Amino acid sequence: MKNTKKVNRFRLDIWGIAGLVILITYLLFLVYPVGNILKQSFYTSELGFSIENFSKFFSMSYYSDTLFNSFKVSITATFFALIIGILLAYLFAMFDFKGKKFLRILIIIASMSAPFIGAYSWILLLGRSGVITSFLSRIFGFQMPDIYGFSGIVLVFTLQLFPLIFLYINGAFKSIDQSILEAAEGMGVTGIRRFFKVVLPLLMPTVLAGALLVFMRAFSDFGTPMLIGEGYRTFPVLIYTEFISEVGGDAAFASALAVIAIVIALSIFMLQQVVSLRFAFSMNALHPVGTKKVTGIKKVLVYVASYGIVFTAVLPQLYLVYTSFQNTSGMVFQSGYSLDSYLEAFSRMGNSIFNTIRIPFFAIILVILFAVFISYLAVRRRNAVTSTIDSLSMIPYIVPGTVLGIAYLTSYNTGIGGSGILSITGTTMILVISFAVRRLPYTIRSSVASLHQISPSIEEAAQSLGSSKLNTFFRITVPMMMPGIIAGAILSWITMISELSTSILLYTVNTRTVTVAIYTEVIRGNYGIAAALSTILMIFTVLSLLLFMKVSGKDEISL
Amino acid sequence: MTLIKIEHAKKVFDHTVVIPDLNITIKEGALFTLLGPSGCGKTTLLRMIAGFNSIEGGDFYFNEKRINDQEPSRRNIGMVFQNYAIFPHLTVRENVEFGLKQRKLDKKIIRERAEKYLKLIQMEKFMDRKPEQLSGGQQQRVALARALAINPEVLLMDEPLSNLDAKLRIDMRKAIREIQREVGITTVYVTHDQEEAMAISDQIAVMKDGIVQQVGSPKSLYHRPSNEFVASFIGRTNMLNAELKHNEEGIAELHLQNGFTIPYPKLNHLDDQQVRISIRPEDFIRVEDTTSVDTFKVRIEDSVYLGLNTEYVVSLTDKHHIQVTEESSFDEDLNVGDRVHLTINTNKINVYCADGLTNLSEVK
Repeated sequence: MKNTKKVNRFRLDIWGIAGLVILITYLLFLVYPVGNILKQSFYTSELGFSIENFSKFFSMSYYSDTLFNSFKVSITATFFALIIGILLAYLFAMFDFKGKKFLRILIIIASMSAPFIGAYSWILLLGRSGVITSFLSRIFGFQMPDIYGFSGIVLVFTLQLFPLIFLYINGAFKSIDQSILEAAEGMGVTGIRRFFKVVLPLLMPTVLAGALLVFMRAFSDFGTPMLIGEGYRTFPVLIYTEFISEVGGDAAFASALAVIAIVIALSIFMLQQVVSLRFAFSMNALHPVGTKKVTGIKKVLVYVASYGIVFTAVLPQLYLVYTSFQNTSGMVFQSGYSLDSYLEAFSRMGNSIFNTIRIPFFAIILVILFAVFISYLAVRRRNAVTSTIDSLSMIPYIVPGTVLGIAYLTSYNTGIGGSGILSITGTTMILVISFAVRRLPYTIRSSVASLHQISPSIEEAAQSLGSSKLNTFFRITVPMMMPGIIAGAILSWITMISELSTSILLYTVNTRTVTVAIYTEVIRGNYGIAAALSTILMIFTVLSLLLFMKVSGKDEISL
Repeated sequence: MTLIKIEHAKKVFDHTVVIPDLNITIKEGALFTLLGPSGCGKTTLLRMIAGFNSIEGGDFYFNEKRINDQEPSRRNIGMVFQNYAIFPHLTVRENVEFGLKQRKLDKKIIRERAEKYLKLIQMEKFMDRKPEQLSGGQQQRVALARALAINPEVLLMDEPLSNLDAKLRIDMRKAIREIQREVGITTVYVTHDQEEAMAISDQIAVMKDGIVQQVGSPKSLYHRPSNEFVASFIGRTNMLNAELKHNEEGIAELHLQNGFTIPYPKLNHLDDQQVRISIRPEDFIRVEDTTSVDTFKVRIEDSVYLGLNTEYVVSLTDKHHIQVTEESSFDEDLNVGDRVHLTINTNKINVYCADGLTNLSEVK
């Protein structure tokens, strides 16, 4: 028995050490900065403990209105994204038409770009001197409604985010059995009534999950309202400007705002959990819904709707590709075409292109390493430490990117607790870690899912064949988890290369990414370079997507 | 060859004693089956032998070697799982070679040994395939070859056939039996299927609530179940209450509740008492001519024609229902409501004391 205990303790050491390392990492890079924000929001050296920052926010409509604005845009955008996403998914699931695969890839590309790039392109198209605006007013004398402010933000968010709803619902349709629709038809419920009475209720859990995701993204995005909002300020814009503003940025007040953002995100997350529990049921389709051929006017409508929606979604991207080849001078596009914008982009922003590969690459390696260990510890070796890690790893899920950026900046500026240890502000490391921390929840989820697919008896079989636990982990468990993890990692990679809200706060000249460069060039009015960089970013995205499809063997993306 | 000895094994899960005190000896080269309903502790015990479950008390020996404190990877066991547990990312050959590679054998020997066992299970054609291209039965064969290839001291099989369909189950259990004999390895086999246990085993331990009820050959379990649980778990049986009484000549008699009396001189040495009698359905004999033998009357309540046999549910005059099996014939014409006469094959009945825990008819 003595011997047994010794072996047990030793075994616990290997995984125990891994667990402790991970726990310490989370304490350093998540609990400490987020806790620091909390502390800053309540405590100042002059006043001691006070809720002054919070009462300042809620008592002045100049501040609190931004919260109202954010809810207004996010809810409106979620509503429209749901309508368009569900409509498109319905068309895809029910009808037979050509080019579905192509359209699906376009939709994915549209969803993968940074929202503010869409905003910028829509300004070029529909803004005061936009191409479409001036075309319409010149030819027809028709005055386009103003795109700046509320309507513009909603337009960009809707077009940016409906693809997520589409991808979700598209997957959900596969679990609806054809016989359910036929049964409804047999009882005299057809067409639009069948959609609202039968199909939509079946899709409800997915709709809710998708709506949450879309709402959270819209709520936390700051690039879009920054560019197209003009006077219409949303909450993330307020957080950013309060923190960064050159005239007396107020870190304590910004921290209070960050805390409010976290509380809101957490409440919405929990609300969604409660609501979706009420709608939860499981379905299994032996014969998924089959598509039908359509003819006549219906066929025309199906084509117009599906191609129209997808074309509108990718239009800003396409237009940027076009303008990237135009001659420019600052904000003005000149006649004639050349590669000047690209040459300039490479010469002035060359390091950002390299950074866009380098920083996410390191982050992805961290993500994979941590995700594999955390999921294994959480699933196979549950104890107090691993459960803590499991819960901690989900925190970034509800912490908006801007908030994490502020937390990192204020926490590591002078090292931990001002000690100079880990004063990593301005380094590549701070970007790598922030990217990794933000993406980890997603990758952990997918690797936990793939670990659940692996029966413990497979690991026991390896042990019975003489393989030690560590050997079994590396030879059997990890290789079996890998395909799922790699596929997930590529998706994480794509979101990282178009990440703005954290990196805009943490970047320096040496660590700026293409996305940050696009943003700053747009702000500075160097539209040519911005377009060229956007095109390069899009090429990265498309290549990564192709790689994902090759690795996962699917032309679909499940989120 | 390895003898497995388990002395005073104890297993506790979360403060619940699952196995209180268990003793078993498994002979060299035997196919030994742990049989019992789910939750009886059979898989728990197997996993204690394998090393995947901790041992809270007692000693486990392979021959003279105590294995309690050994890691599973050092016990030199071959294990076959219910869900095959084939490594999906490796080919059939790589699966079989996996255990050999852990032993750092020469490459040539590894190849040869893997091929030898793949031939034994007739899977050499599929050597370079990935497991996903194999059927369940084929995967389980590969699992068997993989377990045997490392020359384990003992082979442990945890419900290996439960995931296969009925027909394949029968083919596979034959294959397992043949290969086990050929290799001559001590095997512990876990199943909840009593027919499978009967067909495959040299010895069976029937378990309930973590306690071994009886260890014996399939035949002795069927004919001389040591208590009421074993009698009803192995095959089917009718349990009837009766009274053991001695007549004037001192001969023991069993008085059934319907008034029928069975002379049972085997139990002459016992005192008069209440007993329980186990009578298998096939040990009731229908009698047309009631003059030469003692019979009792029953009424047919239901009948199921199964081809080889016909099964009847009949009611006794004391309203108890019993099951009766008779070989079917073409002219049988018995309907619900018909009354027939039955007698009992007294040689094959078993008499238990009133609590059903002791078999009184066992010749001591």
